[in-house]
Amino acid sequence: MPADTPGSSTSPSDRVEITREEVAHLANLARIDLDDAELDHLAPQLSVILESVASISGVASDDVPPTSHALPMTNVFREDVVRPCLTAEQALSGAPAQEQQRFAVPRILGDEQ
Amino acid sequence: MSGLTRRTAAELADALAAGETTSVEITRAHLDRIAEVDGPAGSGAEGVHAFLHVDAEGALAQAAAADERRAAGTPASALDGVPIAVKDVLATQGLPTTCGSKILEGWIPPYDATVVARLRQAGLPILGKTNMDEFAMGSSTEHSAYGPTRNPWDLDRIPGGSGGGSAAAVAAFEAPLAIGTDTGGSIRQPGAVTGTVGVKPTYGGVSRYGLVALANSLDQAGPVTRTVLDSALLHEVIGGHDPLDSTSIDQPLPSLVDAARRGASGDLSGVRVGVVTELGGEGYQPGVLARFRESVDLMVKAGAEVVEVSCPSFVHALAAYYLILPAEASSNLAKFDAMRYGLRVLPEGVENPSAEEVMRATRDAGFGDEVKRRIILGTYALSSGYYDAYYGQAQKVRTLISRDFAAAFEQADVLVSPTAPTTAFRLGEKLDDPMAMYLNDLATIPANLAGVPGISVPSGLADEDGLPAGVQILAPALADDRLYRVGAALEAALLEQWGGPLLDKAPALEGAAR
Repeated sequence: MPADTPGSSTSPSDRVEITREEVAHLANLARIDLDDAELDHLAPQLSVILESVASISGVASDDVPPTSHALPMTNVFREDVVRPCLTAEQALSGAPAQEQQRFAVPRILGDEQ
Repeated sequence: MSGLTRRTAAELADALAAGETTSVEITRAHLDRIAEVDGPAGSGAEGVHAFLHVDAEGALAQAAAADERRAAGTPASALDGVPIAVKDVLATQGLPTTCGSKILEGWIPPYDATVVARLRQAGLPILGKTNMDEFAMGSSTEHSAYGPTRNPWDLDRIPGGSGGGSAAAVAAFEAPLAIGTDTGGSIRQPGAVTGTVGVKPTYGGVSRYGLVALANSLDQAGPVTRTVLDSALLHEVIGGHDPLDSTSIDQPLPSLVDAARRGASGDLSGVRVGVVTELGGEGYQPGVLARFRESVDLMVKAGAEVVEVSCPSFVHALAAYYLILPAEASSNLAKFDAMRYGLRVLPEGVENPSAEEVMRATRDAGFGDEVKRRIILGTYALSSGYYDAYYGQAQKVRTLISRDFAAAFEQADVLVSPTAPTTAFRLGEKLDDPMAMYLNDLATIPANLAGVPGISVPSGLADEDGLPAGVQILAPALADDRLYRVGAALEAALLEQWGGPLLDKAPALEGAAR
């Protein structure tokens, strides 16, 4: 089962199937509540997709550099000057809840914290 | 149907310049047409359902302002007063922007996307927002949370996706122009299956500021029209450098309208056209291939030199795309967290729920199946143990695909292929078979991975089903003008063969929405 942090490399070639438990774990990482019916439905579909894209492993040799963007990316700077921006009212216009010109959100700490 | 809705944007612009009609008349004619064929917004029950939101009042006010500018002799642009429809993935100040998702139902952006701001500056009245697969994930517009759009050629068929609303609006004469976005073919494939023209500009050629990102290294906004010249006119309005988008190219656009006019003369002598071996053959419908071969023959007749080119890595493009796109999408869509805007759903039976519980409940209720599939796939591709083998490999394949393009463009000035492997399929046919759906983007995806521009031009009707097919033309990055020259030449030759626009053969749809 995948852990939270990306980066290490083990070959997945021996396991292109994605289990129901893995889907549940990934949904948890992605912060989506999936019910049992959704898990039953998604797991086999994801396995089919994964099997189709698994062919990619081993296509490119080690000396091929990865491309993250089609164009060369450089940092873009602008003059450090004050520019017009959204008012607090505009920024809050889509908020599900607001209080004292701020976004009102559900509690972010657990009982024990 | 009013004669005004049958005209191209270029013809409408000429009529406005000559004082033969007004923007209010043109805009009203299109609003009437929308009322006649589109069906009540959001119903999805009947009609074309290209629109999620129609802004009659706003469009008419903008049209009246355009008429005033004309009367004063100070039009804002060549297209001042010609109305347009905008895909619902672009932020429009004061107009709902849902991305086809329940999670953004009722959200009204406090600012305009740069593309939208440029349309307003150029004086194009905005008719409304067009339907799309949720967050642009899909090839059929069936994944919209607000019901599918129907293909004007056959209301039981899909209009392509994700920009099926924009393509259908233009094909059904509800709008002379529309804006689409193309991440893996979402402008070009709907163009092909609805008999319209669609352009994916060079990556960075049109600002992405205010475009709700699906996969930010692949997304590109572009024109959806009925003619190649109209696309060039619109492209010149929306294109060019934008300091608000760090991936925007800081170089002037080549002259696109000139290229389209030059191409329309029908002369392609000196142009080398490369037919891509890997984008054709198995998996492509015979009628689509037949129309494609005819188009290539017409280019030869126009003086082009045709060569066969091989891009061996293209066979891996689909796999690379369906790893890179979900990976980027899963992180882009993390912003829909129920805190600052959009839907907030409280979990059932939980007293004093935490922010995280609210987030989970909201994302379950607010996202549709396809979005969940791709977020989970992307989370998987970026996970420890899978990252190098999947996402890392996909990025390397991206390099190989760019190299294939570079080699191909040494042998040819443009590359050509069928735009989509098949004509429009029936609504529901591939809805629960994601992999079958993904195959629609086989020919369009390589351009997004490499950032090169592409156009889809109608190539005729497939013999076996009488439905439209498209030919795709690809050019090197920043050489968007070549798309317009070759596209306009092909269009001119085909129009002569057909004796008029392909869309003249489409059903009239009168009263479709009643």
